[in-house]
Amino acid sequence: MYGKGILKGLSVTWKRFWDTYTEDISWILRGRKRYNTDEGIRHRSSKDTKGIFTVQYPEEQLILPEEVRYIPFLVYNVDADGKREVLCTSCGICAKVCPPQCIWIVRSNDPVTGRPVPEPTEFYIDADICMNCGFCAEYCPFDAIKMDHDFDIASYGRNIYNMEKLLKPSSYYESIRPQNFKIEAEARKAKESAKAAKAEAAAA
Amino acid sequence: MATAPFDTASPVRTPLQTQTVDLVARFPGIVAADARPGYTGFIVNKENLVEVATAVRDELGFDLLTAVTGVDYIAENKMEVVYHAYKTTGGAGLVFKVQVERVDPIEVPSLINIWAGVDFQEREAWDLYGIKFTGHPDLRRILMWEGFEGHPLRKDWKEPFFEEETKPFKSRWPEGKHTFSEQKNPFRDNLNFPQNFDPDKYVVDKEEDLYVSLERYTTKDVEGNMKTDHIVVNMGPHHPSTHGVLRVAVTLDGETIIGLKPVMGYLHRNHDKIGERNTYLQNIPFTDRLDYFNSMSNNFGYAITVEKLMKIQVAERAEYIRVIMAELSRVQNHLIFIGMLMNDLGAMYTPSLYTFKERELILDVFEAVSGARMMCNYFRFGGVVRDIPDDVLHKIKGLVSERLPAKADEMERFLNENEILVARLKNIHVLNAEDAIRYSVTGPVLRAAGVPYDLRRADPYSIYDRFDFDVAVRHNGDMMDNYLIRFDEIRQSLRILEQALKQIPQGPINSQKPAYQVRVPAGEAYGRIESPKGELGFYVVSNGKPNPYRYHVRPASFVNLTAVEKMCVGTKIADFVALLAMLDIVMGELDR
Repeated sequence: MYGKGILKGLSVTWKRFWDTYTEDISWILRGRKRYNTDEGIRHRSSKDTKGIFTVQYPEEQLILPEEVRYIPFLVYNVDADGKREVLCTSCGICAKVCPPQCIWIVRSNDPVTGRPVPEPTEFYIDADICMNCGFCAEYCPFDAIKMDHDFDIASYGRNIYNMEKLLKPSSYYESIRPQNFKIEAEARKAKESAKAAKAEAAAA
Repeated sequence: MATAPFDTASPVRTPLQTQTVDLVARFPGIVAADARPGYTGFIVNKENLVEVATAVRDELGFDLLTAVTGVDYIAENKMEVVYHAYKTTGGAGLVFKVQVERVDPIEVPSLINIWAGVDFQEREAWDLYGIKFTGHPDLRRILMWEGFEGHPLRKDWKEPFFEEETKPFKSRWPEGKHTFSEQKNPFRDNLNFPQNFDPDKYVVDKEEDLYVSLERYTTKDVEGNMKTDHIVVNMGPHHPSTHGVLRVAVTLDGETIIGLKPVMGYLHRNHDKIGERNTYLQNIPFTDRLDYFNSMSNNFGYAITVEKLMKIQVAERAEYIRVIMAELSRVQNHLIFIGMLMNDLGAMYTPSLYTFKERELILDVFEAVSGARMMCNYFRFGGVVRDIPDDVLHKIKGLVSERLPAKADEMERFLNENEILVARLKNIHVLNAEDAIRYSVTGPVLRAAGVPYDLRRADPYSIYDRFDFDVAVRHNGDMMDNYLIRFDEIRQSLRILEQALKQIPQGPINSQKPAYQVRVPAGEAYGRIESPKGELGFYVVSNGKPNPYRYHVRPASFVNLTAVEKMCVGTKIADFVALLAMLDIVMGELDR
């Protein structure tokens, strides 16, 4: 019969339409919220999702996986008396590895000794050119530059980020990437204790 | 099962790969072996190129010419054209080269009468290197605009806002005071214009050449018939069906296409030149932007090419991760293809959103492992950047074993018997096997024409020789077959994925220490993979420095598009949109 295939196809559309409402009703009957909750969003992006699966941005937002990378930032620690300790040593590896060459670092010399100051004097990232590849964070030997999760940054002008804009506390880094932070902290600890043991052995 | 991190014994290569051809014995005095360290293949005398190429095709059976690459050896004052020929029955290829003095006019005989698929690639070499292919019927610029001055891939050509020959640029550190390049160079004084160029008076006079090239197909007026004029219709560059900024000039006789020429380059950014300025590592995120639907496959192709040059092994677990990612990428690419084809046929939105829904779940996986949905930047030389977390592996297993097979079935139920779809696709001829091979078409379009040529089987790379799967092939070569073969390939990919997920061992994910600058010994390598759209090849020449000397991409979309003229002439204009969709082109890869 001509038109059978179309009807068969329409049954799929009809089923999808139907699923959207049965799914909603079943969530309500189970006393759960399908919309505007983490549980609901997670279910909508799982393999079991049925019916409508749109996430209504910006009212709802997808839960970002930890590895999401968007525009780098610089990490600083806050020490006991509230002073900022910038982890960056201006070694320049991030500027060298950057594929579009959007990282600019000014390293200055100590006026007394003439040797380079570890902390960068200025650090720019041209966020319009940055391609979010994450190489800077990957190859930084000091865990000083990390990729951010903040993606709503549309603006009317050029986005040249300077030190002030780029610096974020390590507590922020921990909040967006808890697992990576844990692994790195452990690695640092192990390295320090190994160093201490070595120093002890050398002293003894 | 505990496996050694990377055991050297396991990759069993097919005997096909070891076959060698001795062209020197066949053509003494005409052909010489390429003796430069790290190089392979043969150097052919320019005068005898056509003779040797004919023999390579007819006597030796290398029927598929995949890549034509120009290389500028400025220090030796030579231009080189490299040809990579393969057999559609599988196995290793044959590389032959022609060297000419680097003095204009640089002339090399065209091979268009032997392999029609060299058409666009020769035009590309003319455009970017200024190598004139004598005997080519339509040697015009292809990627640059008609009034462009110079040949940008030549080593002595510098782009506007040129800073330094190679990255990293010295101005970035340690005195990296940020400046805008447009302020540094306000008059763009290294941008070249033709002599006496006046933008106010410029008219695209070369446009005539394009229309003249269409005249090859003019039909003769039959006596007694009404005399009609042919009309030229320009589709694109802003046309919803051309998948981006592709322009196609079509000559019509009524509704029938009698001549057709694609015009491209609107998205051209000279990827090859950027690649030569970059270091090897810096190229990986740039390959993401070629075929932006399949960044995982692009990474794969580039990584295996550089690994070939570096002669390093890939960590065992990483091999499996690579295959898993590449096959997931193939599944989602074919899902987009199906959705977009329906859009082109006029079934707006519903089918394409259904397929995009499944694709979204795969992109979630990519995002969780690599940090980005589309620009993955996930592969490194010797492995991958980070391991797959267990919960993501679990999600992939769920998708592969439960959701995707069921959804492929559902899509087939939804569409395949639809009478309108069948009427639009069935018995509309795309390409037959001979033409597909002659035009160097690869990928699903070639397989739908009845040629079971899949690099995963024909010339296995990575660990594809360990999996049990069939090469999807269909025999009618019509649009319906081209459409259905995508479903077959999704199913085969899911088969590979199931096996890979079962076999994946524990272990390190990179055989190399992380290094931001890799040492690549001098030499050349051509690496190719079966990307979802066809053969994706990378030709990389190293001179031992941190940047590649020559970096050339052989994109599947670009070479497949060579056949579009052959496919469409004689069909109705309404079918053109669907025929173009069959080639599954992506402008990021086509224009580079």
